[in-house]
Amino acid sequence: MNAKFIIDATDFAAALLFILGLKRMSSPVTARSGIVIAGWGVLVATLASFLYVFGIAPAAQPHLGVNLGLGIAALAIGCGWAWWSGQRVAMTAMPQMVALYNGMGGGAAACIAAVELFSGEAHAASRLVITLLGALIGAVSLSGSLIAWAKLDGKINKTLHVAGQQAINTAVLAATVAVGVYIIVATGGESSAALTGVFFVGALAFGVLMTLPIGGADMPVVISLYNAFTGLAVGLEGYVLQKPVLMIAGVVVGAAGTLLTLVMARAMNRSVSNVLFSRFGVAEVGGGGEIKGSMKPVEASDAAVAMRYARKVLIIPGYGLAVAQAQYKLYEFVKLLQAAGVEVKFAVHPVAGRMPGHMDVLLAEAGVPYDMMHELEEVNEEFQNADVALVIGANDVVNPAARTDKSSPIYGMPILNADQAQQVYVIKRGQGKGYSGVENELFFADNTNMVYGDAQQVLTKFIAAVKELG
Amino acid sequence: METTLTGFIALYIVMLATFTGIEIIGRVPAILHTPLMSGSNFVHGIVVVGALYALLNATNPTQQVIGFIGVLLGAGNAAGGYVVTKRMLEMFKASHR
Repeated sequence: MNAKFIIDATDFAAALLFILGLKRMSSPVTARSGIVIAGWGVLVATLASFLYVFGIAPAAQPHLGVNLGLGIAALAIGCGWAWWSGQRVAMTAMPQMVALYNGMGGGAAACIAAVELFSGEAHAASRLVITLLGALIGAVSLSGSLIAWAKLDGKINKTLHVAGQQAINTAVLAATVAVGVYIIVATGGESSAALTGVFFVGALAFGVLMTLPIGGADMPVVISLYNAFTGLAVGLEGYVLQKPVLMIAGVVVGAAGTLLTLVMARAMNRSVSNVLFSRFGVAEVGGGGEIKGSMKPVEASDAAVAMRYARKVLIIPGYGLAVAQAQYKLYEFVKLLQAAGVEVKFAVHPVAGRMPGHMDVLLAEAGVPYDMMHELEEVNEEFQNADVALVIGANDVVNPAARTDKSSPIYGMPILNADQAQQVYVIKRGQGKGYSGVENELFFADNTNMVYGDAQQVLTKFIAAVKELG
Repeated sequence: METTLTGFIALYIVMLATFTGIEIIGRVPAILHTPLMSGSNFVHGIVVVGALYALLNATNPTQQVIGFIGVLLGAGNAAGGYVVTKRMLEMFKASHR
């Protein structure tokens, strides 16, 4: 049994563990074991890859000691930093952290390509094409993910938009591809360091330029897209290195990530190209007719008592709930209602939070069991026979205009039918509009009452009012 | 390097892996979309293995520097992806009723 056989066998095992792990991650019952299984896959494959020291190219033999030291140091620093940062990150900040780790993966794929290109050897054209394609995609994923991270983390606040942005982006991409083609056709891979450098700078610049104009609220779709990009880049470099495990892991993630991106975009009523190449609400804001009626405020204690004596309450949480860090108070209130015999369910819109499924994570953090969280399709029928719909920090996802008003910019977006409940309570800080800039006619409806105030404080009042009843 | 994965074998791998990826995500409930995106982000952290291979075969300082950065980034992808995915999934519990 030689080193190569052991490496091949562990690579095979790793690929198997990835697919098993991802499969288990697709159900809440088995998800926790899924990540552990996939974790073993990466661990054994990484450890086994040190056996490469027995089979490296003769030219690299004199450098083996240095290379081995560099590899161990890089592993220690990279793992150490990531482990430390991953433990500390708040659940609300999860989308940008995933973006950051994802960008690093794209960067690693681009580095593999760069090492190949700087070997000074000629390569077959087909292999060069794949190397450079992976490098381009990986580099775009790196710089684009960094911008996405900075935007979601509040490090970049303004949305940069210069005239002729599309033309500039296209020109940068075209120039980068042209350099790549020149490297392949004219130099056969034995290109100058300068030319290779220009190619990578161009690719990184394109990632930055492409991401800068996209607004923060659209970032989740972009992060998901870059996740698919990194997967694809890893798959391509896997071919270059002749490592099937990289190809399988990369392509599986690339395909899964592409599908997830499409699902997210559909839930937001946008197409992916619409997210990437236009700003939301710029063209026409404020479609829709005059809204009749007025917003009717109600005391927090009255709303709480009404829910205490209801039979069925459906709760619609939005990102405003998480911003106020009020999930814990909310679940405390829900437990009081359950103790009083009220049937309570959480109706979670697919794009609630800053990333699809993010709201579910934030609710889970507060201790809400996953079997109380319900998706739009399974819960929307139930609003008709619910006594109360409680909307907290959500706006556009409950706007009936999406169903009825063809002139509204959010027309066609799937919404939660809160308006069909007997009584609707909306906890809201003020009278402002939603992210789309559209008035919400639900707030003016006859069966809707507004509870103004910070979610945390309102829920504290709810809890006190219910406890007072005994 | 000798090429054992020739064009068509590579294409077969790509085709089957694509269907596997679609099949895995296809039936996932929306409540798990964030952890699953994070989990798939972890899985492409396997790129660290490729970066290590590239670094160990480096023959000049340029390759060594880039290889070092590659392993560093790949290790960050893998370790970070694992920790945040595990943290998120550990919070998903069923109710005790």
